[in-house]
Amino acid sequence: MDKFEKLTGIAAPMPLVNIDTDMIIPKQFLKTIKRSGLGVHLFDEMRFDDNGDEIPDFILNKPQYREAQVIVAGDNFGCGSSREHAPWALKDFGIKAVVSTSFADIFYNNCFKNGILPITLPREAVDVLMKDAEKGSNARMIVDLEAQTVTSSDGESFAFEIDPFKKHCLLNGLDDIGLSMEKVSSIDTFEVQAAQARPWV
Amino acid sequence: MSPKTLYDKIWDAHVVHEDTDGTCLLYIDRHLVHEVTSPQAFEGLRMAGRTVRAPDKTIAVPDHNVPTTAGRDDPDQMPEDSRIQVAALDKNAKDFGIHYYPVSDIRQGIVHIVGPEQGWTLPGMTVVCGDSHTATHGAFGALAHGIGTSEVEHVLATQTLIQKKSKNMKVEITGKLMPGVTAKDIVLRIIAETGTAGGTGYVIEYCGEAIRNLSMEGRMTVCNMAIEGGARAGLIAPDQTTYDYVMGRPHAPKGAQWEAALNWWKTLYSDDDAAWDKVLTIAGESIEPTVTWGTSPEDALPISALVPSADSFQGGKVAAAQRSLDYMDLKPGTPLKEIAIDTVFIGSCTNGRIEDLRAAAEILKGRKIKEGMRAMIVPGSGLVRAQAEEEGLADIFKEAGFEWRLAGCSMCLAMNPDQLKPGERCAATSNRNFEGRQGRGGRTHLMSPAMAAAAAVTGHITDVRELV
Repeated sequence: MDKFEKLTGIAAPMPLVNIDTDMIIPKQFLKTIKRSGLGVHLFDEMRFDDNGDEIPDFILNKPQYREAQVIVAGDNFGCGSSREHAPWALKDFGIKAVVSTSFADIFYNNCFKNGILPITLPREAVDVLMKDAEKGSNARMIVDLEAQTVTSSDGESFAFEIDPFKKHCLLNGLDDIGLSMEKVSSIDTFEVQAAQARPWV
Repeated sequence: MSPKTLYDKIWDAHVVHEDTDGTCLLYIDRHLVHEVTSPQAFEGLRMAGRTVRAPDKTIAVPDHNVPTTAGRDDPDQMPEDSRIQVAALDKNAKDFGIHYYPVSDIRQGIVHIVGPEQGWTLPGMTVVCGDSHTATHGAFGALAHGIGTSEVEHVLATQTLIQKKSKNMKVEITGKLMPGVTAKDIVLRIIAETGTAGGTGYVIEYCGEAIRNLSMEGRMTVCNMAIEGGARAGLIAPDQTTYDYVMGRPHAPKGAQWEAALNWWKTLYSDDDAAWDKVLTIAGESIEPTVTWGTSPEDALPISALVPSADSFQGGKVAAAQRSLDYMDLKPGTPLKEIAIDTVFIGSCTNGRIEDLRAAAEILKGRKIKEGMRAMIVPGSGLVRAQAEEEGLADIFKEAGFEWRLAGCSMCLAMNPDQLKPGERCAATSNRNFEGRQGRGGRTHLMSPAMAAAAAVTGHITDVRELV
């Protein structure tokens, strides 16, 4: 997995609440058996019209946001389906961090498996960063995972909380499966005990 | 011993390893797999030279992307991309030796209907699947939740998941339900109260007299939509209703093992003095048949209500509500009962079981769907379909003008050819009314099977109590 340490980049404001995974990557793009190449379909139904032409008003189609690496989003980002195609599409497009007041549980976990940092902040902080993101390509937001801060282009800094284990894995680009495999003797022991306690399972 | 919730008890029984920061390795008893979120996970296993640790606890069935029309077991009848995904699942199931129900098998169906039907889902288990509606299995008092594809790969390789414990939330539905009110109305009402993020960070236990009085199928409907309230999982404590449902199913324990299992299952309840991080109580009598008007499951109102105006909301929801009203092409102040419908979809892991079909048939018996209406019933499994045919329900549906399909997810997520066209408006028994969910530009109103059947007859959203 890719490491996430620190990034300085353009942030796109998406204040809509409840942006769901069907919006992030509509189901017709789930028919792939690969993880790659989904960036062109990110936010497909908001980004393209019925003829497949770009909708100029959509934030990521605007010239100043085409290279965005951060999304500042409304409440409850990533709700809905468990499809990991959503973080795959975000990552493939170039999004490396998302800031919101809250994230849906499965989406939040899926981000960490793909080197994307979801950042939960209080409403007041998200409001400030949303305004900052509206400044476009002249403004650069700084996301520092080691320091656990997001800093606006004006230098206003907000500290965020993150689970220490998730932080460790993201900073070092660690593979979860490899880590869990190191505990295989504990799994073996558990299976033996469980087979005695609950043989019907 | 300190008092525990049901969630605490199941969690504690499955912790393989706990780190000092509370990060746990949790053992998974059942891993359900379907064709859409698993190919990349199996590919990852192969590339790393890993194998499936517990193939006997892994059950695969294609459901999301399969056609629901006749002749689909001929691969040439499938669109190419569906065929590739189904073929990949066929191959992965065979290569790794996992349990498999192909489309040609009468037991095939929606993974969350097949699991309980075959007795794979049992009380006290941990159940995961690369699908958010895995919450369904919580109806058995199993800790069940959706996972992403990377986690699917993790479970395949290790039979565990890296997890931190969620908080405990109790949702109690007291008293009795009024006639015409169903499990679907209960859960839509709950989400209307909590919002779609109200359960984030929690596992919800549903309890109270109205929940106790639900059948297993109704309980599955309630737990199915726990995810729509943001919760990691929904749970209902097992009781005699649960045991009666489970007993005799193909993979349920038998003989002495049944007795041993039952002894443990009877300990699976929240202790009286257990601590709750959040509690919501709703009077069962106050729940009306409930429908959604907007593009989030929290946009649910009693059938007697009017379409709200955007400025009746607060904060970011004002803009979201206006966007919903525009997308749904609805005017504030319109009675929900006057909204015209052109499509009806009855099915899905929320409401595709036999009792759901019986409820729809009760309304449709001797009636016809409105002229010009497109109406479809997609049973949740091949066995549900067979039972409905045996009970004569299929004839009622066909005589009423419904299409009678083969089992699958179908128009709930519209990955297969069953889709809405732009501007079409559907009464759906599924779980999500997101923009474009049932097809680009399509409009979805969520409701119970009886309500959807009533809308098919009248051509508009209808209070089912006026038809019985």
